[in-house]
Amino acid sequence: MNGSDVVVGIDTGPASEEPRAAAKPLRLSGDSVFHGAAMFAAFVAATTLFGTVIAIAYDSRLSIHAFGIWGFLKSSEWNPVTQTFGAFPFIIGTLVSSTIAMVLGVPVSFGIAVFIVEIAPEWIKKPVAGAIELLAAIPSIVYGLWGLVVFAPVFAQIEPWISHSFGAIPGIGALFQGPPMGIGMLTAGIVLAIMVLPYISSIMRDVFLVVPASLRESAYALGATTWEVAWDVVLPYTRSAVIGGIFLGLGRALGETMAVTFVIGNSNVLSSSLLMPGATIPSVLANEFTEATTKLYVSSLIYLGLILIAVTLAVRFLAVLLIRHLGRREGAAA
Amino acid sequence: MKKSLLFVSLALSLAIAASVLALAVVSSADESTITGAGSTWVYPLVAKWSATYQTQTGIKVNYQSIGSGGGIAQIKAGTVAFGASDMPLKPEDLKAAGLIQFPTAVAGAAMSYNLPGIESGKLILSGQVIADIYLGKVKKWDDPAITKLNPGLKLPDMDITVVHRSDGSGTTFTFTNYLTKVSPEWKEKVGSNTSVAWPVGVGGKGSEGIASYVQRIPGSIGYVEYAYILETHGSYARMINGAGKVVSPTLQGFQDASAHVDWAKAQDFYVILTDQPGADTWPISGCTWQILRKNAPKEANIAVMKFFDWGFEHGQQMAKSISFGPLPPSTVKAIQSYWKTELGYGI
Repeated sequence: MNGSDVVVGIDTGPASEEPRAAAKPLRLSGDSVFHGAAMFAAFVAATTLFGTVIAIAYDSRLSIHAFGIWGFLKSSEWNPVTQTFGAFPFIIGTLVSSTIAMVLGVPVSFGIAVFIVEIAPEWIKKPVAGAIELLAAIPSIVYGLWGLVVFAPVFAQIEPWISHSFGAIPGIGALFQGPPMGIGMLTAGIVLAIMVLPYISSIMRDVFLVVPASLRESAYALGATTWEVAWDVVLPYTRSAVIGGIFLGLGRALGETMAVTFVIGNSNVLSSSLLMPGATIPSVLANEFTEATTKLYVSSLIYLGLILIAVTLAVRFLAVLLIRHLGRREGAAA
Repeated sequence: MKKSLLFVSLALSLAIAASVLALAVVSSADESTITGAGSTWVYPLVAKWSATYQTQTGIKVNYQSIGSGGGIAQIKAGTVAFGASDMPLKPEDLKAAGLIQFPTAVAGAAMSYNLPGIESGKLILSGQVIADIYLGKVKKWDDPAITKLNPGLKLPDMDITVVHRSDGSGTTFTFTNYLTKVSPEWKEKVGSNTSVAWPVGVGGKGSEGIASYVQRIPGSIGYVEYAYILETHGSYARMINGAGKVVSPTLQGFQDASAHVDWAKAQDFYVILTDQPGADTWPISGCTWQILRKNAPKEANIAVMKFFDWGFEHGQQMAKSISFGPLPPSTVKAIQSYWKTELGYGI
């Protein structure tokens, strides 16, 4: 079986595309009603997507007209008093918090998946897998509450150590300066990492399980360690699915609202340190939308939403390109 | 078999649709509820008044504390009967939007802080120092500007973590308005509104957000409504007011601020109570206004006016018990005649 067929969530097996109704005369049979209903559902979904994007773009036209595209993207000033708005701190905040989430979450997810598939004894596999999946069931606002009430005070004890040890490193030391508040960009990244763990690790686990036993066993027979089997045999075999899973987690991290709003500190000022508070596009929308008093203010917030849609779509597009590229390489190598 | 299944599912969906429709029709016409939204500052007062009002008249008041900005937006959109705002709208804006506003009660905001070892009420701050803290110029608690005002206190060498509101808030308006009066630099750099571009600090959502951050972060300072500090047993700082005296936030201090203002003369009751003169005046005092739509249905406006008139007459003790200063009788009379002249009808 070719590894490139394993794509996240979509079964493109040969049987489902067979045109059933083509040979029969058109009757109002249950089957054609079902066809019509299925077509209608797909149509509604596609129209909703396009309609949403168009509606959001339309509602942000006031702000686009006032600030332009490039001007809005690079301006750091978010001032409701003087009615000048700029998206730069929020774009950076969104990207930075999601990057921290991926940097922390992906290795841990890989470790969880490898543990469940390769290392764990039979009786531990199911409970651990179940516990990880339960993480996905926790509502995001509960994560936010947990982050603020439980995690932040604990992290505030750890932060002085972080700023002393990492802050002293020349070059990247500036990333780790700041008072130990417990909340901030780093805290938000950590909470996001915990939130994306179940998605990435369960996808990794599912695809690791379908690696043929013969491949694994022959590697072990040649004297490979568990690490070498996991890193050099299993991972390359399932590369496209793993990338797909990572981008799924990234998509969640980019759009996560309530958990981030609780712990990121809500400061609209761009700061060079990860220990300082910041803001992401979803968090500023959650905070300011209901009380935006002027039309330009509301339009600028909607413009931020449009930018977030663009970022998310770009990430998805990148994921598809990457998977296709890797699939081609794998096919060529095989 | 298939035909009967289709028939059953069709009948079921029709039944569900009919029952939902019936429910909607029944629940839409609820004439004994007044809806309002806006300021979190006035929420404790409205909650107290409405509870007693309901037992006496059976009329419910449904108030959502979504912030002053939200209150202004909702009354402009006409989705509520009254909007509550701690920031008064200027007469031109009121006229342009077809609204009227009247004051409800006076109260104050105080600085809440978290300094281990320094109890509530011991710290003394001045408006200038607070402005410098919020501008990011004064960064540590043992800065000479603060130690000068607190000769007897041992202030730690800690970073000051500034906490402000992340949502649109009338409390922010009152606080920043005071800062524009005492610090020309603040006036130029930041200004005053329900939401501003804070130079430094962490943003909490709602007064609960500020109070929560101040509680958790040692060395932090934030501005909160005094009623809220009382309720949560938070710590507050005393201040040096315009007359140069050190004052504590008290009901008398808030009412002193209101006593220096001629309510009856102010057009559309547009007055600002911050930094008022007087020996015992609390500097960060504020009022809260209710906004009505001129072209709302007459019964809706009359219901709102009747509720607040009841509050003015019978709710004085309730207001005082949570540190809200009731308006003087002359102001209440001025409000009643304002209703008549602006709307064409009174209560």
